[in-house]
Amino acid sequence: MKLLFGRTISLQLRLFVAVLLSVVLIVGDRYTQGGTTIRTSLNTLVSPLIYLANLPYELFSIGAKNLHTREQLLTENEALKKKQLLQSEQLQQLSFLSRENDKLRALLGSSAKQSNRKIIAQVLSVHSNPYSHQVVINRGTTDGLSEGQAVIDEMGVVGQITQVGSTTSRVLLMTDTTHATPVRILRNDVRTVVEGIGKINVVKLSHVPHSLDVRIGDILVTSGLGGTFPEGYPVAVVTEINRDEGRPFAQVYAEPIAQLDRIRLLVVLWRNQQESISNE
Amino acid sequence: MNSRHSLLIAISIFFALVMALMPLPISFEPYRPDWVLMVLMYWSLAVPHRLNIGTAWVVGLLMDLASGSPLGVNSLTYSVCIFITASNFQKIRNFSLWQQSILIALFLTLYHLMQFWLNHFLMGVYFSPHYMWPVLTGMLCWWWIFLILRKYRRHFRIR
Repeated sequence: MKLLFGRTISLQLRLFVAVLLSVVLIVGDRYTQGGTTIRTSLNTLVSPLIYLANLPYELFSIGAKNLHTREQLLTENEALKKKQLLQSEQLQQLSFLSRENDKLRALLGSSAKQSNRKIIAQVLSVHSNPYSHQVVINRGTTDGLSEGQAVIDEMGVVGQITQVGSTTSRVLLMTDTTHATPVRILRNDVRTVVEGIGKINVVKLSHVPHSLDVRIGDILVTSGLGGTFPEGYPVAVVTEINRDEGRPFAQVYAEPIAQLDRIRLLVVLWRNQQESISNE
Repeated sequence: MNSRHSLLIAISIFFALVMALMPLPISFEPYRPDWVLMVLMYWSLAVPHRLNIGTAWVVGLLMDLASGSPLGVNSLTYSVCIFITASNFQKIRNFSLWQQSILIALFLTLYHLMQFWLNHFLMGVYFSPHYMWPVLTGMLCWWWIFLILRKYRRHFRIR
């Protein structure tokens, strides 16, 4: 029976408890770090929801694949074969060059580079928090992923993993306001840092002195400092330089090389084992 | 009998969660209405003894986890909005549909401003007017949500 004036806990008390719990959660989430088991299991809890929400998109793309004509597939196949031929030619050169590089490094006495472990992941198209740039991928702790791993696509750096569940993970894109990438300019090896400003096609170089040698069209590659991103992956191309002497720093903007608004397949990289040992 | 009602309410909330996460064409993305919050608001108006701030908090936490926002942001904002609707349900129930939708728009504005404010402190984002588009679309969608959920409630006799 429903009482008209039932004696239950008052709304104000409920609100007070809810607000208190939320504040504890917000502070706890903001000021603690690391992939704790609690965080991973909480992320795992919502994985089915994410896969379910992604289902309509998957169905549509399967439908679209079935509607491809034979000619379309043949031409696509032809183009891919040509591309593969060209790339395998480059790969032959690469193996030769990397062997030569190893020899030169051995002569110099510096540690040899090891090829990293990597895995291919697919982006699940689900809606995310509108205030940040992130995507969900279909790999998690069952594939051995952990927080802080670098994510790239076929063009360049995409971002890094910030949250892991057992079958899904969240990738923070390099254009997010909370993300910064250590880079160097390919042309002259000047080191700097690229930070996101919340626009999907623009990043900013932070604290650039007016005297820095940077030109429009310069390619920025990861410098390997900071330990998250392996060295040498392309990040962005400088598009705009504003050397206003009235300001303390020059304003340099760049465009990410990876097309962050249309990513579908990504590569997740593991950190170099060799490096972590030599650091200790 | 009791659990059947709660289960039916949970199913509707689950649907709202899926709708909130489903991909939309990129041009419609800024206009996505807050399905989950509006469904919670409807239930808190219709059956305030069943759905309350506690439920809103838990659903908010799920939403935080599923959309990747800092944990606790949606729980806090949902709880505050549901507190307002649940404490005034007898007044709001008696309003006509268009009056209700204006009120809902006010609550949604409060929700989005709180969201923005929290995200501003946590992640340093800056205000842009297009964050407020869901208020307008939510106001227009309230009619449909109200009518569909009323039909659902009456059909299954959720009390």
